[in-house]
Amino acid sequence: MSWGWLLAACATAYVVKLAGFLVPLRVVENPRALHVAGAVTVGLLAALTATNTVADGTDLALDSRLLALGVAAAALALRVPFLGVVLLGVGVAALARALGLP
Amino acid sequence: MSAVDLVRSSPATRTGLAVATATGLYGVSFGALGVTAGLSVAQTCALSLLMFTGGSQFALVGVVAGGGAPVTAYGAATLLGLRNAVYGVQVGAMLRPRGWRRLVAAQLTIDESTATSVSQDDPDEQRRGFWAAGLGVYLLWNLFTALGAVAGDALGDPRRWGLDAAAAAAFLALLWPKLVDRDGWAVAVVCALVTVVAVPVLPAGLPILLAAVVAAAIGWVRS
Repeated sequence: MSWGWLLAACATAYVVKLAGFLVPLRVVENPRALHVAGAVTVGLLAALTATNTVADGTDLALDSRLLALGVAAAALALRVPFLGVVLLGVGVAALARALGLP
Repeated sequence: MSAVDLVRSSPATRTGLAVATATGLYGVSFGALGVTAGLSVAQTCALSLLMFTGGSQFALVGVVAGGGAPVTAYGAATLLGLRNAVYGVQVGAMLRPRGWRRLVAAQLTIDESTATSVSQDDPDEQRRGFWAAGLGVYLLWNLFTALGAVAGDALGDPRRWGLDAAAAAAFLALLWPKLVDRDGWAVAVVCALVTVVAVPVLPAGLPILLAAVVAAAIGWVRS
């Protein structure tokens, strides 16, 4: 790939990121918009959790990540702190793969 | 406040640094993949330094590896990065960065920094979480990209070490405190389902945008 296309893709990525910051605050600052923003926050976090658990590119894949997510949920219910939850997830997935699971 | 005091007293900073470590390590696989796809070490490192949005970077390299046209690689990377504009609106409204800080914050606006920030309720913690995760991921992602690009496959598949599960666990942990009422649960379950259904149908990256639109619609109707 040429440097030209590569740098164009990088520049576009930055412009997209910056575009969000340039939306005027008065547009985002009314009770209804704040309510919508709260719902979008939850929706984005749920979507990121879902894709990182079962997406493999544009395919769905049920593998050790799902097991890791289950253990992470149990750990969260038991009020394990953030870093512990992530380490448990990694550990469970590594163990499952060592045992031959996908 | 010293760095040590900050880490000690701010849960958002600790969360941000943990997110940065888990994500940064994954840079190894991007570095190795970039060189394997036929990009030079310099090009692979430039992507992590300048594009700095993992999904787009993997998409671009994936198209290049498959022998796709440069314009296809450009399109795939751009499509995958569109969600960063939504993140920019949210981070911009929370942190209100001005001047050069806004330009830097824009570059650091990715899944991990946004998620760490929005999962906090206190404005100061939102700010600390964003910068800790954003700067932390930037530093480690670039460091490990370079390592992966130079050392290549010698480091092995990060999935073997369960590192791909770190993201799922981390995002769930960031979502968890938001699931305090029925509305929160409803939005989360609907959006997760929409995402899973959309993954095989839409180009990569768009399912998350679709989930954001669905969440916004629910929020609009319920407000």
